[in-house]
Amino acid sequence: MPHIEFTSHLKRHLDCPPTNVGGATLRESMEEVFAANPQLRTYVLDDQQAVRKHVMIFLNGQPINDRIHLSDPVTEECEIYIMQALSGG
Amino acid sequence: MQFHVGTRKGLFTYEKNSQGWEITHVDFLGDNVSMLLHDRRDETLYAGLNLGHFGAKLRRSSDAGKNWDELTPPSFPEGETVPIPQFDGSEAKQKPASLSEIWSLEAGSDDQLGLLWAGTIPAALFSSKDRGDSWELNDSLWNLPERQQWFGGGKDESGVHSISVDPRDSKHITIAISCGGVWQTTDLGVTWSCRSDGMRAEYMPPDRQFDPVIQDPHRLVRCPAAPDNFWVQHHNGIFKSTNNCEKWEELTAEPSSFGFGVAVHPNDPKTAWFVPGVKDEVRVPVDGKLIVTKTEDGGGTFESLSAGLPQSHSYDIVYRHALEVDDSGELLIFGTTTGNLFVSENGGESWECLSTTLPPIYVVRFA
Repeated sequence: MPHIEFTSHLKRHLDCPPTNVGGATLRESMEEVFAANPQLRTYVLDDQQAVRKHVMIFLNGQPINDRIHLSDPVTEECEIYIMQALSGG
Repeated sequence: MQFHVGTRKGLFTYEKNSQGWEITHVDFLGDNVSMLLHDRRDETLYAGLNLGHFGAKLRRSSDAGKNWDELTPPSFPEGETVPIPQFDGSEAKQKPASLSEIWSLEAGSDDQLGLLWAGTIPAALFSSKDRGDSWELNDSLWNLPERQQWFGGGKDESGVHSISVDPRDSKHITIAISCGGVWQTTDLGVTWSCRSDGMRAEYMPPDRQFDPVIQDPHRLVRCPAAPDNFWVQHHNGIFKSTNNCEKWEELTAEPSSFGFGVAVHPNDPKTAWFVPGVKDEVRVPVDGKLIVTKTEDGGGTFESLSAGLPQSHSYDIVYRHALEVDDSGELLIFGTTTGNLFVSENGGESWECLSTTLPPIYVVRFA
């Protein structure tokens, strides 16, 4: 199953332990995470459900392609990292 | 006596005891606390945070800051956009609307327990009927055609920084927008009218300088005891209205009329305080001397108050929410961009410096 980990900066504000999720796209995987942890949503996505300007999401070490719709495909072995950008602090 | 100070790196609570004023509580250390509200109706404290990477957030404490609840902040419905004005006559471009900052937070009247108002960047007004648990966008303000002409002043997007509920009628609300002028509703936000007549915008071409919908009031306050009397510290100077914003009059203060904050005496509409800077392109005190200007005659004359304030090499600016007066009209506080915090217990005649080492101060509020 895809595996998601979160930056320690985020852990200052709310509990978000590493977790395994389902889903065929990043959007589907993230919605699964938000269903279990609703407060996390506004920390990662903006009001229009795009990735926040100063949040980075990596799939298997590479920045995602689609920051608006999160349509990047995920696979069983996928590693997803939610990080803070170096800008925006 | 107690007041709260929201800064770039935390929330600091001051209390006065036999030793004087002391910090008694620190919250959100390291985080940007951009707005505060102490709701006296139920002794609840609200803090608007701006977490940079992770966006604007809202927290609530019902036990004086011992514990904080995370609330879902106001958010813009799916598909909503904000304009990017073009200034060449062409139609404004649009970008997705997303909360950047909670820029004002006010309680409803005593007969509206639980009702809160939030002004935001981008410029919008939200209301909550349940102490901030949920928020509703005020559609009629949001859908005004004039909104397409609003633009940011200092911030990338326009914003609602001042909300004043009329103590005589809680359906009457006045708000101020940078840069979008002053707007008023008399039906609890069902309809709005622009009330910036008389304001002047030097930063616009000559034919638009008196255009009411693009004015940049930096801060609007109302005298509680004489609610038709308003003061505005505007980008271009000081304005007052004595007829419920029907008409504004420009006033000139020495050494400067430029600034961000304004406080009005709670019982005397002719008395108001300001903290001036040189001008918009040089945002430091005149001659490096930090002063407060005070009028007691409705802006006919302004006195410079400097006792206890640094009079050389001061580079302090006081942001729009960082100057406050209490219910007596005698106790004033202001905090600066360089982390200096001052208190006066005699209407500004003399000042005591409480700290020179706080982070940049965004907002001060009495408990």
